[in-house]
Amino acid sequence: MHSKSAALRLYVESALAGRMASPFCPPPSEPPRTVPAGIPVLDAVTGGLPRGGLTEIYGPSFSGKTSFLQSALATRTASSEVCALIDAHDSFDPAGAESAGVALRQLLWIRCKTLDHAFRSVDVLLHGGGFGMVAMDLSDAPARLVRQIPLNIWFRLRRTVENTSTILLVLSQESNAKTCASLVLRLEKEAAAWSLEERSLPSPALHTPACLLDGWASTGEVIRSRARPKNLHFLSHPAIPESKDLVRFDLRMKEARSLFSEEERITDPG
Amino acid sequence: MSFAAIFVPNFTFQAIARGEPELRIEPVAVIEGQPPTYRVAALNRLAEKLGVTVGMTKANVEQFPQVQIRNRSKTQEEMGHQALLDAAWSISSRVEDAGRDTLLLDLSGLSRLFGGQEQIAHRILCRTSELGMDVHIAVSANVETARIVARALFGITVVPDGREARFLESLPVAMLSPSPQLAEIFERWGVSTCKSLASLPVLDLSERAGQEGVHLHALAGGRATRPLLIVQPTDCFEECFELEDAVDNLEPLSFLLGRLLQQVCVRISARGLAIGAIHVTFELQTAFESTVLFSPDAISARKSPRTFSCTLQLPVPSQDSTLLLKLLRLRLQAKPPGAPVRKIHLLAEPGRSRATQSGLFVPASPDPQKLELTLARIATVVGEGNVGSPYLLDTHRPDAFHMQKFFVPPATPPHRGPRSGAQTAFRVFRPALPAWVQLQKKVPARVAFQGMLGTVIRASGPWRSSGDWWEDQSWQEDAWDVEIQFTSESRTVEGLYRVSFDLRFEKWWVRGVYD
Repeated sequence: MHSKSAALRLYVESALAGRMASPFCPPPSEPPRTVPAGIPVLDAVTGGLPRGGLTEIYGPSFSGKTSFLQSALATRTASSEVCALIDAHDSFDPAGAESAGVALRQLLWIRCKTLDHAFRSVDVLLHGGGFGMVAMDLSDAPARLVRQIPLNIWFRLRRTVENTSTILLVLSQESNAKTCASLVLRLEKEAAAWSLEERSLPSPALHTPACLLDGWASTGEVIRSRARPKNLHFLSHPAIPESKDLVRFDLRMKEARSLFSEEERITDPG
Repeated sequence: MSFAAIFVPNFTFQAIARGEPELRIEPVAVIEGQPPTYRVAALNRLAEKLGVTVGMTKANVEQFPQVQIRNRSKTQEEMGHQALLDAAWSISSRVEDAGRDTLLLDLSGLSRLFGGQEQIAHRILCRTSELGMDVHIAVSANVETARIVARALFGITVVPDGREARFLESLPVAMLSPSPQLAEIFERWGVSTCKSLASLPVLDLSERAGQEGVHLHALAGGRATRPLLIVQPTDCFEECFELEDAVDNLEPLSFLLGRLLQQVCVRISARGLAIGAIHVTFELQTAFESTVLFSPDAISARKSPRTFSCTLQLPVPSQDSTLLLKLLRLRLQAKPPGAPVRKIHLLAEPGRSRATQSGLFVPASPDPQKLELTLARIATVVGEGNVGSPYLLDTHRPDAFHMQKFFVPPATPPHRGPRSGAQTAFRVFRPALPAWVQLQKKVPARVAFQGMLGTVIRASGPWRSSGDWWEDQSWQEDAWDVEIQFTSESRTVEGLYRVSFDLRFEKWWVRGVYD
């Protein structure tokens, strides 16, 4: 029996000689090459965005998904890469992205109205090739509809982007890509940070009784990662020593508004 | 000094067969004239074998069911002539246009570039066959000899220097194109070949046949010389195709467009250029007047323009006819002509081929030609105005930008990235959502939109902006960054929004959300 299977194996190997190196041995899986997303704390815990793989960022609204996307776009365009954003619900803010460092000339923006348009566009775009990062923003799409996308679509996207140097980044409210994703990161919003909170009454110089929004903090949890470095110790984050997959990071408002001088604030004509 | 002559036999038929190559293996008769007196103007050898002759009426030709009948097209003949000129200019810049079917080339100094006279002639033959034309080529030190030999002999003929008379001696006098009176005189004299004409005493000939006779005598002896009348190369690459029956389907239309594009690409690449832009104009069939009154479809067809134009601007000049056809197809799918097409006119703007090399340390970027096709495909899905690169307008108006065509930027080495750490991002609601806002001490206290009512926990503002007050589209608004708490029976949700009060219309809007 053993000799028969060995002979069969030898026959198959000789028949496929020149076409497949080793038909009975899967190719050795190497860890994907990764690049930073621009948020050092998250990059340390995730190992970076994997090239040739699907990265899924999910979480509720206000959790910082768009901030993460903006940071990744800024980092990639700064590396002279050409990026594409498939905006499923036309909610990208180009002015804010530019102030965050995104080179808009290197960004192809596709404004979709439906999920179908978004998936068809990403398919065409990935087959075209040559992009450093292709991001698909499904954050505003109803979670119920995104959940209905068959798993084979995600497999197809993964297969398309495989063996290329493209990063496929998907933003959504829930995790949908499952095992197709090389990196799954869940983001959650924590408290917003406000300054000048103690000032409650209007004054002649500062008429407004309100305070300033400085940003907010979010937590990121690595749900799945193929490229994550092992044995990480986050000594700089003593607040969450119990989990190496959970990290807290701050998102700051752009300086132009935070550093708005008091003289420039409008005064109440009354 | 040597000259080459290119002659296209049966030019009328070949001009049509250039657009329809399948006609070369079928008997074809080309007719011209006014209905109902159509007569055969040209035909190919297969039709001749069946018994069709020049001058036959259309009714007579229709007796031969296997013979294809085509109308003579002056436009296609003009395009064929232009293509022939392009082939000639791709070899030599000194070209004389000696008729719609004959070109004369000065080959001086080309031997170092292309080789001997025979190699040059072969190269000319290759170029013309790429254009879909069978030609006769003759090379001689005497320009008139080259012209006459090319008209008379098939294939390539190289006349050695000093042996012009030997090559001409067996040719009939009619090849010298004498006037009808002189041809009649020669016939009466029994002078039928160039040899017999060349052997006549020139003085006696001048007394009886005048200067024309002397000139023909010199031609027959291979001694007539004259300078070339050079035509300047043009950058006009046009192709045109007239349809016997109007086409209203994209499939046959793209088939015809593919042929025209292929012809243009061959012509333009022969000149060492590439296509930078393509302008396609379709002449449309107009609706019949009587049907206009009754049929609603015909009414809409009447409203449609008589011509339909479409321009394709390429980011990088290309010679790839397949790519151009795909782009044109996608453009026509998105915006089809409103009526059946009966004539296609294609004008290509030439551009210099790309001759740059990507840097070794520069990240890979999409291939411009492939990207153009990708963008065209996506544009058919999401609409043309929804694909591109955002360009921020020089104004403080919220969300002011316009979409510009996306080009792959020139490769630059990586530069210093943004500051480490993330900046908050904003998601824009397009269009802005109308909101109800309750103020408390001039600060938003409660906000309702999209059927949700929330309490404002914190608010920052107002941030006033205004502009364009000198125009109709002025704006003036106070913006607030607010943290709103929405409480429902099951849970409490907080979010950071930007709401704004439009001072012109006194309305509240939710502009977007921080995420």
